[in-house]
Amino acid sequence: MNNINFLKPDKSNLNLFLILGLSLVFISIFDVFLSSFFKINATGFLPTSISFLLPLIIGFIGLHFIRIEYSGIRRLDEINKNFNNNNFNAVLSLLIVFIIIKSIPPVLSWTVIDANISGNSKEACTGDGACWTYIKVWLRRFIYGLYPNEEQWRINLSFISLLALGSVGYFATEKFKKYLTLYYVVIYPIIAFLFIFFFISGGPVFFDFSYGIIASVAAIIIGFFVPNKFKLYYFCFVPLAVYLSLNLFILPEEYVELGKLEGLNWVETGAWGGLALTFIVSFFCLIFCFPVGMALALGRRSELPFIKYISVVFIEFWRGVPLITVLFMSSVMFPMFLPEDFFLDKLVRVIIAISLFEAAYVAEVIRGGLQALPRGQYDAAKSLGMGYWKMHIFVILPQALKLVIPGIANTFLALVKDTPLILVVGLLEIAGMLQMAKTNPKWLGYSMEGYVFAAVVFWIICYAMSKYSYNLEEKYKTER
Amino acid sequence: MSDTIIQIKDVNKWFGDFQVLKNINLNVEKNKKIVVCGPSGSGKSTLIRCINRLEEHQQGSIVVDGNELTEDTKNIEQIRAEVGMVFQQFNLFPHLSILDNCTLAPVWVKKMPKKDAEDLAMKHLEKVQIADQAHKFPGQLSGGQQQRCAIARALCMEPKIMLFDEPTSALDPEMIKEVLDAMVNLAKAGMTMIVVTHEMGFAKEVADEVIFMDEGMIVEKAPTNDFFANPKSDRTKLFLSQIL
Repeated sequence: MNNINFLKPDKSNLNLFLILGLSLVFISIFDVFLSSFFKINATGFLPTSISFLLPLIIGFIGLHFIRIEYSGIRRLDEINKNFNNNNFNAVLSLLIVFIIIKSIPPVLSWTVIDANISGNSKEACTGDGACWTYIKVWLRRFIYGLYPNEEQWRINLSFISLLALGSVGYFATEKFKKYLTLYYVVIYPIIAFLFIFFFISGGPVFFDFSYGIIASVAAIIIGFFVPNKFKLYYFCFVPLAVYLSLNLFILPEEYVELGKLEGLNWVETGAWGGLALTFIVSFFCLIFCFPVGMALALGRRSELPFIKYISVVFIEFWRGVPLITVLFMSSVMFPMFLPEDFFLDKLVRVIIAISLFEAAYVAEVIRGGLQALPRGQYDAAKSLGMGYWKMHIFVILPQALKLVIPGIANTFLALVKDTPLILVVGLLEIAGMLQMAKTNPKWLGYSMEGYVFAAVVFWIICYAMSKYSYNLEEKYKTER
Repeated sequence: MSDTIIQIKDVNKWFGDFQVLKNINLNVEKNKKIVVCGPSGSGKSTLIRCINRLEEHQQGSIVVDGNELTEDTKNIEQIRAEVGMVFQQFNLFPHLSILDNCTLAPVWVKKMPKKDAEDLAMKHLEKVQIADQAHKFPGQLSGGQQQRCAIARALCMEPKIMLFDEPTSALDPEMIKEVLDAMVNLAKAGMTMIVVTHEMGFAKEVADEVIFMDEGMIVEKAPTNDFFANPKSDRTKLFLSQIL
């Protein structure tokens, strides 16, 4: 028989220490388990403070006994290495286990055991737990907002078709792969836009057909062939001059009606809401803010001072104002500056405002990626005869964007979680609907359930997005 | 009239207050191989970077294949397409495969059909003996292989002139040889080359002329044999005694 040193457990008395230690740890956990699940205080005969700390002390001694280096038992070594490598970590591990055990019963009883889901009114909620009846009754409102019940199939159909169209990329054959970028960047947003305009809104669609805008776009395209010396001056004056002169003096704007789908009722954007609105706003903001941000990032690094300072001023302006201010401005102030007959829907204004706001952040994230690229990449691309655009499209941006996927994902997640703020201008997406349901006199007092529901919904959306961004990182990972 | 392809006349260049190039005059004839050597900081790299205008010169004129280098962009891109360049740090595009590295510029700058560009790329990769690596990514290759790929990439543009900016300085001694072999083959094929290098063995083997630069000036310019056999200036002698 070897000497037993209880202060320094070693391998010679492995079994003794193992049995002793494990039983002590088990006792401590069992004690917490009893008091948490069955409200039995096994050590109640002791003074309160000691009885409170006892499981921790017993567990600590137990963990000390089983902390045997190179015991030869793989499982034990792993536990020692990861949870029990010194006294401090042993206490932390124990505390975490205790907290988890302690918190299971109240959470479980609130969400499941004492909760109610049957019935259709407040009276059905009799238990102490959550009243899921409230969520059940209001679910349609949370998802569709104030969109009329009998028209909700339009939203469902639109989202399902858009989802189907969005998944085309997975099934594209090698032959069509090269068109995918074009599809996702240009065609898909247009399809989505048309769906929302004709189907979800259902109202007549007007737009201003202006020869001036077409002519100035043409002038900008022509501008790329102007010799470098005059380019800057050309871009500063000519497109604007073309637009103004054409618009004011020769061919004024025409109001063109694109028509509407027969048989559909017009649902105003004011009635849109809930989760559907969250999706619509997030989707369009994501789509718009990315290219604008990219352009701003390139603009800020441009050698042309005019473009550079416009980008800097733009970015610093939007980064400097709070989103709430931007939203108020877009809905209250902005219409005052517009001509009398010009109408831009509040939802559109809000989407534009959020997009520009987020574009400033996206721009700075992308600029970080551009700056992280070694100068040699620029040199190499230039030495092969590539001009500014070819160099950026084929060499610089693919690498820079790959570098900033985590940063972009961060910004996009923030954007999705910022959408509830449109509540302040009267657009009620999911959090806004909660706010409304909460103040309904028939359903007072169930805000907790609502917030838990909204938190879960947002968490699912955001977690899916962050998972997707990890996938992208994996997919584009190449060794440098 | 000789076949002068690069004409550098009275070129001065400053980085801020510091003058990196002082009164550089240099004519390079077609199919000639020039080696530029000198201590670090002497302006060798800056000089050849000026030839395809990765750096701008502030005074004097540089004429490449009949085109003067000015601020006009269109002109610059055409000239760069005719002047291939190989860098010390390889500068391959890490997000593209070796083959795509080689075909990118021919397809998008020269508007070559993809199929032709790939055939051309394979031909040049064959020449530098890395055709079997064509579908790997640059990160998976050794330094020597990467540098040979960079040479092939530059050749795919079918340039009239090749510039080498210390192509072997970032390589292990063992890999230097494979890159130099590729360059020697290229020289024998008759390419006009300007090579900044410290590899004097290479200079002796292929160079028609050696230029020695120090402190932004061309100190000595002589045919290869003369340069090594009887250097004129003391600075050159000192340099050669240290490096040989």
